[in-house]
Amino acid sequence: MMLRPDALEGRIALVTGAGRGIGLATAKMLAEAGATVWLNARTVGSLEQTCAEIGNGARAVYFDVTDPAAVREGFVTIQKECKKLDILVNNAGILRDAVIEMASVELMDDIWRTNLRGVLLCAQYGARLMARAGGGSIVNVASYIGRFGNTGQAVYGASKAGVIGATLSLSKELAARQIRVNAVAPGVIDTDMIADLPEEKREKLLSAIGMGRPGTAEDVAKLITFLASDMAGYVTGQVVGVDGGLVI
Amino acid sequence: MDKLIDLIAKSLMLPADKVTEDLKYNSIPEWDSVAHMALVTELEDAYGIMLETDDIVGMSSVAKIREILSKYDAAA
Repeated sequence: MMLRPDALEGRIALVTGAGRGIGLATAKMLAEAGATVWLNARTVGSLEQTCAEIGNGARAVYFDVTDPAAVREGFVTIQKECKKLDILVNNAGILRDAVIEMASVELMDDIWRTNLRGVLLCAQYGARLMARAGGGSIVNVASYIGRFGNTGQAVYGASKAGVIGATLSLSKELAARQIRVNAVAPGVIDTDMIADLPEEKREKLLSAIGMGRPGTAEDVAKLITFLASDMAGYVTGQVVGVDGGLVI
Repeated sequence: MDKLIDLIAKSLMLPADKVTEDLKYNSIPEWDSVAHMALVTELEDAYGIMLETDDIVGMSSVAKIREILSKYDAAA
């Protein structure tokens, strides 16, 4: 890690979907770099032990990114408690595959509400808090699939391509307020989301990775932490892959 | 002086006598979307509230802002 251990000292961060995988690894890494991290998940009480383990003032804020009123309440809580927000990591997301003929409207709406509208809602309130603090950094977790596509992932891919589109426009809209907006595009990451895939699909994915191994949540967290920090102080509107040379 | 008029005048960088109840969003160059968000921040700080997105969109005139703020128990 190139970052100084105190690189994010005094910064307030929010990570959505921080209960496991990339979100959890990111919350830990941001805290290690000195940030006070708010971890988000849907289930009330589910993050208390994790927050205690992370330390450095880490706290939980429970809301479902698909519920606009709850999202607002979450940001009001952060504003009340901390008076500012410096870093927002829009990580909450769901992965459900379906060939196009079998993609139900319910599946489409579920994926879009979480993966895309959730990102927009959090960015909306996040940007408002950041503008007051004189700037900040938003990092959206997109996906390799949103850039290059994959069989059975038209709906998921569309949602992640949407996240990239939002990132590009937000970076332009918010630059004058010194808010940077970037996206990371993970490839095959060894998280629960991948573990749930059928064995055959999982094997096929792994064989497509140039570096011959799936990425770890920490691989992605490092990139997110970099983009959140002043090390990336002049970087905005970028979509950075973290995929070990994946070609699907 | 009226607190709300004062806040709006300050945010939009207008003399207070130009800030009438029927002054509308986007009707003058000083009240564009960027100024609108600065105004939102000013109001939120002054009244200790966080405006809902629908209300930010709904703040289409000075009179409308006054009406919306009353919902938040903000003495405007």
